[in-house]
Amino acid sequence: MRYAETGYNLEIDLSRGNVERVATDPRWTELHLGGLGTNAKALWDRVPPEAEPFSPDNLLIFGSGLLGATPAPGSNRTVVTTYSPQTLLMGYSMMGGFFAPELKYAGYDKIILRGQAPSLVYLWINNDKVEIRDASHLSGKGAVETAELIRAELDEPNAQIAAIGLAGENRVFTASIEQGRSSASRLGLGAVMGDKRVKAIAIRGTKDINLANPARYLELCNDVLKYIKFRNEHPVKNVMTILQGLGSPQEMREADEKWHTENFMWGNARERRRDFWNKEIEDKWKQTLETVRTRLISCYNCPMKCGAIISVPGVSTYMMKCFSKLTYTMAAFSDLDFGFRIAQRATEYGVDGFSTPQIMAFAVELRQAGILTDADFEGCPPDKEGTFYWLLDRIVRREGIGDILADGTYWAAKKIGKGAEEFAHNTIKKHEQLPLKLGMLNPVYFLMYSTGEKINITQIEGQFPQGPFMTVEEREEFVKDWSQVPDEKFKKYLLDWEPRGEHSNPYYPTVDMSVDIVDWQEMMHYIDDALGICAGLGSFPLKPPYHIHNYPQLISAATGIDMDEEGLKQVYRRNRNLIRAVNVRRGLRREDEKPPQDHWKKRFPELEAQLLDAYYKFKGWNNQGIPTQETLHKLGLDYIAEDLRNRSILTEGEPAPSKEALPVA
Amino acid sequence: MVQKQKKIIKTIKIDLSKCNGCRACEMICSAFHATPKYSSNNPARSRIRLIRSPLRDIYLPVYAGELATAECPGRDKYVIDGKEYAECDFCRAACPSRDAFKEPDSGLPLKCDMCEDDPPQEKPLCVQWCINDALIYEEREEEVEEQVKLDDLEVGLESMVDKYGLQKVLDTAARISKKD
Repeated sequence: MRYAETGYNLEIDLSRGNVERVATDPRWTELHLGGLGTNAKALWDRVPPEAEPFSPDNLLIFGSGLLGATPAPGSNRTVVTTYSPQTLLMGYSMMGGFFAPELKYAGYDKIILRGQAPSLVYLWINNDKVEIRDASHLSGKGAVETAELIRAELDEPNAQIAAIGLAGENRVFTASIEQGRSSASRLGLGAVMGDKRVKAIAIRGTKDINLANPARYLELCNDVLKYIKFRNEHPVKNVMTILQGLGSPQEMREADEKWHTENFMWGNARERRRDFWNKEIEDKWKQTLETVRTRLISCYNCPMKCGAIISVPGVSTYMMKCFSKLTYTMAAFSDLDFGFRIAQRATEYGVDGFSTPQIMAFAVELRQAGILTDADFEGCPPDKEGTFYWLLDRIVRREGIGDILADGTYWAAKKIGKGAEEFAHNTIKKHEQLPLKLGMLNPVYFLMYSTGEKINITQIEGQFPQGPFMTVEEREEFVKDWSQVPDEKFKKYLLDWEPRGEHSNPYYPTVDMSVDIVDWQEMMHYIDDALGICAGLGSFPLKPPYHIHNYPQLISAATGIDMDEEGLKQVYRRNRNLIRAVNVRRGLRREDEKPPQDHWKKRFPELEAQLLDAYYKFKGWNNQGIPTQETLHKLGLDYIAEDLRNRSILTEGEPAPSKEALPVA
Repeated sequence: MVQKQKKIIKTIKIDLSKCNGCRACEMICSAFHATPKYSSNNPARSRIRLIRSPLRDIYLPVYAGELATAECPGRDKYVIDGKEYAECDFCRAACPSRDAFKEPDSGLPLKCDMCEDDPPQEKPLCVQWCINDALIYEEREEEVEEQVKLDDLEVGLESMVDKYGLQKVLDTAARISKKD
């Protein structure tokens, strides 16, 4: 018997309509755990690097984590993996909700889609019975609407459904996959689902998930739950409100948006409004939030309430989480009521709430600069809110200027030309970033932004405070019960970190310390993403209930695999290198690894080069960011080294020449 | 003369406004009742069921009670504060009209036992795992009339009477007695 995992993947060839239940190799679990790790392994093994994101050869993988659907709180993540049409690199985006647990209860660890359906279909996975069903009647329907229609059609109120909206059907590069209160939004995975002509996947599962050492596992889970309760009652002091607790930043609970509205950028990630927040706005926005928010809600088996049911008068109900509350508001220079209203339409269309508003603000700026003309905006209402609705409608339908904008700011700027590139200023690896512009370079964030394979800072950062505490007393207070550190040295790094003077950014934390800190941060994300545990309880917050000390015990008790801290770190390093290798084979090189030029006002090219050099060296990579043969050998990844040698990406003695990422289709 | 006796009534107070819809209650219930304990989990085997319909803001945890061998002739609806519930949503019975509260493999009915355990649990597991306090465990004392304890034969006969009716049981007993 397999423990924690089901031991089976569901392989669906959409071109041929073939469905198979395939037993997985338990050795993969030992080497990569599950989730992101085994998703990446499947992508490496089965999709050639020459494959276009929009091609039948590309795989679209929905993976649960190794601990998914076990009693571990927050073990509910679905990791969706494919080649991204926007970055052309491996794209992985994750969603919480109820999808992955239902998949495991149906008897599968992953759904692996290949090929392309001849016409629009949806999948109905009811335990052992799997059907590919016609979805022509769902064409053009909203993502939330589609889920409701399918539930009614199947007469299965308990089915869990992931669906795309119009944006996915039209292969918009910012199309998301929506699933109740959650979505896999970043990197255009919904566009790949649309390219495969899969409108939705519906699942109902009523089978068991087994544990190897149940009594021990429950004991560990009870400790986790107890610690969550403790942390809910004891917020971290001396950090901003949204970083004090566990879970996602509590955007659905908190009405006070002084920090975001005055520190994040408005419009096309340009304008900071330092005196924006006042009593009048506070009262108005608080009232808006309280009027539309029906209830705070959770994902499967998690006590945190990071999402909300949103019912704006006059538009249909939807669910929201986290920061999309403000992205439309701020991109359009509008107010919170507008943000909630347009987000409803955007959710039905199924688009990424980070990239999409930025694309629209980018278009507005191009029009102001005369690069886009009134002819491009023919039929657009004159007001800013109307403009945003109009642009959203054009983008998801790929109509007129919307067809160009639908590829994101990077590719759109290239197509528009006339200096439009200058306006696509907030991307990393062609992907739109958080609208944040700061003063002094932070060496830890420089590394995370530059090298993160997720290409999305909120899924890379965590554990270590974002900035130094003001006083020694505050630092001592913070480190005194900081049991999550993998090594005591991290406490010293924090204790010595000063807001100004010799021990402050950008030269402190030092290069080596920064590399250490980033390695810890990455490690926790890679482990969470392989286990299917929400970052909100593991890698994202300060002082989380899951950490490097209890994870090995949880894995051992759940699976029967003999795991200790060193063994788990080795799995992390293996998965980190595997994903790096997937991207290196797709063309990723050092020159791609940089934050937006204007992310910080004060930049330090020499220090930045040192940081990258040290990071690559620490990882066992050459100075192009390519894992060396020796590193791959130590991790049991000789087959990757061989492949990279055969492609002349790794050469004896000297680093491979720099290579542009593959051109777009 | 009937004796009055004190009895502890175990109660779970359910606060619908506090339910965040995570279904930890279903998960841990099924794990607790697995054999060996916690060795597996499967919400479909749970003795608590969350009726959950986010878009209608319906979050209703319901516990499994006694088996009903027949379904009700009517299916009524309740509208509470503008939200429409099926009468069946509130019903604790495993019954022929639906899948709820039945073992998914065998179809045998399930019933909440308040997590009887040795040594006893402080609270039922669903309550322990609901740290948002939608489920609160309370014990209250009630005075009840002392019940005459039935012996095994009577218990058996009562269920026969339940199923076939008193007259048929009497007829059968009479017929059997004549054979001797």
